[in-house]
Amino acid sequence: MAITEENPGYKWVGTRPIRPDGLDKVTGKAQFGADLTLPGMLFGKVVRSPHAHARILSIDTSAAESMLGVKAVITGSDFPDLVANGAHPMAIDVSHNAIARDKVLYEGHVVAAVAATTRELAEAAAKAVEVSYEVLPHVLTVDEAMADNAPLLHEGMITKGVDPAPDQPSNIASRIVHERGDLEQGFGEAEVVVEREFTTKPVHQGYIEPHAAVADANSDGRANIWCSSQGHFQMRADTASVLGVSQGTLKVTAAEIGGGFGGKTVIYLEPIAVRLSQRAGRPVKLVMDRDEVFRATGPTSGTRIKVKMGVSNDGKLTAAEVWMAFEAGAYAGSPVGAAGMTVIAAYDIPHFLVEGYDVVCNKPRVAAYRAPGAPMAAFAVESVLDELARSIGMDPIDLRLANAAVEGTQASYGPKFPRIGFVETLEAIKEHPNYTAELGPNQGRGVAAGFWFNAGMNSSATVHINENGTATVVTGSPDIGGSRQSMALMAAEELGIPYESIKPVVADTETVGFTDVTGGSRVTLATGAAVVDACRIVIEDLRARAAKTWDVEVDQVEWVDGQAQHVDGSQPPLSLDALAAKSGRTGGPISANASLNARGVGAAFSTQVCDVEVDPETGVTRVVRYLTAQDAGRAISPDYVEGQMQGGVVQGIGWGLNEEYVHDQNGNMENPSFLDYRMPVASDLPMIECCIVEVPNPAHPYGVRGVGEVGIVPPMAALGNAIKDATGVRLTDLPMTPIKVLEALNEQSD
Amino acid sequence: MKYAAPSSVEEATSLLSSSPSAQVFAGATDIVPQIHGGRQAPEVLVDLKKIDELVSLTSDDKKWTVGAATPTVELTENQAFSQEFPGISEAAGLIGSDQIQSRSSLGGNLCNGSPAADSVPAMMVNGTRALIAGPKGNRLVDVSEVVTGPGQTCLDSDEFVVEFEIDRAPSLTGDAYLRMIPRTEMDIAVVGAGARVTLAEDGTIAAAALALGAVAPTVVRVTAAEEALIGTTADEDTLAVVAAAASAVCNPIDDKRGTIAYREQVAGVLAKRAVLIAMERAQQRNGDV
Ligand SMILES: Cc1cc2nc3c(=O)[nH]c(=O)nc-3n(C[C@H](O)[C@H](O)[C@H](O)COP(=O)(O)OP(=O)(O)OC[C@H]3O[C@@H](n4cnc5c(N)ncnc54)[C@H](O)[C@@H]3O)c2cc1C
Repeated sequence: MAITEENPGYKWVGTRPIRPDGLDKVTGKAQFGADLTLPGMLFGKVVRSPHAHARILSIDTSAAESMLGVKAVITGSDFPDLVANGAHPMAIDVSHNAIARDKVLYEGHVVAAVAATTRELAEAAAKAVEVSYEVLPHVLTVDEAMADNAPLLHEGMITKGVDPAPDQPSNIASRIVHERGDLEQGFGEAEVVVEREFTTKPVHQGYIEPHAAVADANSDGRANIWCSSQGHFQMRADTASVLGVSQGTLKVTAAEIGGGFGGKTVIYLEPIAVRLSQRAGRPVKLVMDRDEVFRATGPTSGTRIKVKMGVSNDGKLTAAEVWMAFEAGAYAGSPVGAAGMTVIAAYDIPHFLVEGYDVVCNKPRVAAYRAPGAPMAAFAVESVLDELARSIGMDPIDLRLANAAVEGTQASYGPKFPRIGFVETLEAIKEHPNYTAELGPNQGRGVAAGFWFNAGMNSSATVHINENGTATVVTGSPDIGGSRQSMALMAAEELGIPYESIKPVVADTETVGFTDVTGGSRVTLATGAAVVDACRIVIEDLRARAAKTWDVEVDQVEWVDGQAQHVDGSQPPLSLDALAAKSGRTGGPISANASLNARGVGAAFSTQVCDVEVDPETGVTRVVRYLTAQDAGRAISPDYVEGQMQGGVVQGIGWGLNEEYVHDQNGNMENPSFLDYRMPVASDLPMIECCIVEVPNPAHPYGVRGVGEVGIVPPMAALGNAIKDATGVRLTDLPMTPIKVLEALNEQSD
Repeated sequence: MKYAAPSSVEEATSLLSSSPSAQVFAGATDIVPQIHGGRQAPEVLVDLKKIDELVSLTSDDKKWTVGAATPTVELTENQAFSQEFPGISEAAGLIGSDQIQSRSSLGGNLCNGSPAADSVPAMMVNGTRALIAGPKGNRLVDVSEVVTGPGQTCLDSDEFVVEFEIDRAPSLTGDAYLRMIPRTEMDIAVVGAGARVTLAEDGTIAAAALALGAVAPTVVRVTAAEEALIGTTADEDTLAVVAAAASAVCNPIDDKRGTIAYREQVAGVLAKRAVLIAMERAQQRNGDV
């Protein structure tokens, strides 16, 4: 079901053709990160810290180096000292996360790497590298890291955002605050005030494809890198920074990517592979195991969040107070900032205080994960909203409708909202039959909503008209969610030629203009706008060529249905094929570039309702019905929009019910496999029903908002609210495993 | 690492006797992940699937015989077997996925020695015996005695299981297996419960067996519950005794998959439920052996 404001009468936009990358993927031809093999290529293996926190006393590589077939062994000392070079603190963190220097800060932290002629040899050589450590006490959670006298990860870390600045270092990297109005007044005006405390665990993005990189260094200092990432320009920049070379010396080619969800916006293997290749004089391939992916990449933060909110009897929110602490992992940079900005952004609340802390601890450095920061924040706030609705006897959708942000609402994080579709998503759920479907025994229903900004940033596109009138659309956005199809659909609509006549490709860093990462749900918006711009330049050119052919003014020529037409019909139309065939005589090949910084980002909202059934004797929660409504602005490719909506929900269900890192007392991860890190399997899930809401973004030529992220924001609260409805118990600690549900049920019946 | 594929039990036995670090395998669904994970490094891998009697499923008047390397999918697809032993069949049907079940075997499930192995409680409540071959000849051992601890069996390094024998189920007999996992598949039992009951003509329980997986170092029988069930119709009070007895025999660990308290409580719940399903099935299997 699509709610379309106006019927724009598009021919291609909004259709569901076969995906351009589909055939290669189902026939196994697609080249993913680990698939490339080069002549003479060596296999690399990374040596990782077995300790959560330790000082590196010495590294002895001699045994590994002397093994026959081992061609290179490197350690942190093979990389430039960015601290001495006065680099930006973030660049230093990226460098030290890629390979440790004097200290290891988490289990899995890279300390050395080897390259050898076979994989087995590389593994043996990695084992032969002898590292001696002085083990230090570690902290794993925000509670441990913020405790008095906690062991420090970074001896010089002074909390930012506190005035006056603290005189002692701590594990708190920074503090953020958003406030408005007068809390005391706001809570004074409330009939009911609910206060709850929540905790969430770090969860991994769980992409199927482990990280992989192949590097081939030339003797003149240049190097080629092939890797699977969400942004090869970002890989180039960060790898150059870690290696201490100019970006221009590196060329990065994007492989097909088997999932990223934010986790492949960061470098891990790339600088290591380049350095090994330089030392060995041969290409080097590095591929992580799943175990390494879990121990050393991703995840998103574990958190502790306190929320206090007040509501009047007629359902108006009067005040909100939020305190949150986010694990950053080993280096500053948790998504607490975005959490603080999004936590109450969906609602118009007159008085609020939001306070957040970015806290380092001895776990892998967190990476972006789908709407970074928003899901945990929404789990807390949307659970409290549910309690408020219950306590004043109001329907949970009505409570949200009574407070929903609309066009013109001053968002809690600053700007006024332009046109947004939050109310429309709430109404779509309320009117859907699922919302009133009968519930069986032990079943309950939960509602939750979510907000995400979406991003704009920089994108480039090139459109080539081939000699036969087909088009190649070149972008620099790795396709993780179907963007090639969306680019082709928009180009088909613009150029007026069939979708099948367009080949969308993702080009390397030397073949297309700079493009930021595929992240922030930005590609269909920003790269899409660049494609539309480039198509429009091409159309201008085509009109000019037709005008020249007919010897008329350009304004006498229109571009309609893939052909140049004279406004008064006095000339036989010139098709794109015909113009392309004659391009040599009308000014040469037809092609155009467009680069832009996307403005007018359209915010995304999602409202979801889920029904669960809880086994009262085992605490097992099964999701029996799930519906998600999301404002897409315009669904360029409805199949992929639904895929994104469903994917977000499914990851949210995993986060809500079963996914968590389990660590032992030494800070070692105990469940680094998909067997025991329990992501949902297909049989765990009902059909995730989708309702695409279309409230066009006025700033985009096709009304696009990003759709990739917001879907993961509401599920945890929707599940928690449904469990409460089914059982009467409120779970505030993720994941809501059978163990925790049963404990809560036992407590309730005591 | 060497691979050997003997075609007879004798050949396999002599291979095992001649190389001390040789190890048999059937489906390899346990052993390959263990080799990859560095937990096993046998010098010779002996494939049992090329020996005919190890891959077979037959029955006569007295018993069913299941070759130890028979893919477990046979146990779910063979109608006669799955009607007679729905509990074993459903336990076999829970192992991994379709792909796994087309390789995995009862011999591997048992001899891998995991306390969470799904087929073991179901085999145990049906009095299954393992025929073990070795250089000193064959011996018949009750399945409940094969596993001696996590990852440990009573087999010598040159012995292996050839087949399993299960006596034909009398009429008015039913079995069942239930397991608790947080997901719906591709997971390891946090608690497993196998039950079997035989009813007397008057509908009361004449014989009962109950075994629990994943709650102790090995699969355990709940004899107190079995005794409590005799002569009853598994009424609510008796089931409460069964549940309490099941919780009481648990000797679990706290680990990444479950807590002690959870396992104890849910063992009682699954025990109860398995007995009830077995009862229902027993009532339906009247005289049609
Ligand atoms: C993805 C996946 C999911 C799984 N899910 C489940 C599950 O849900 N439930 C469950 O119980 N298990 C599960 N398993 C584990 C495994 O599949 C089962 O234990 C299976 O029954 C093992 O049988 P196999 O023939 O593959 O064993 P193998 O790997 O061939 O052997 C296992 C062990 O038993 C020994 N062995 C094998 N046959 C004999 C014999 N005849 N005599 C003596 N020793 C022998 C081997 O030497 C080895 O030590 C899963 C495994 C995977 C990979």
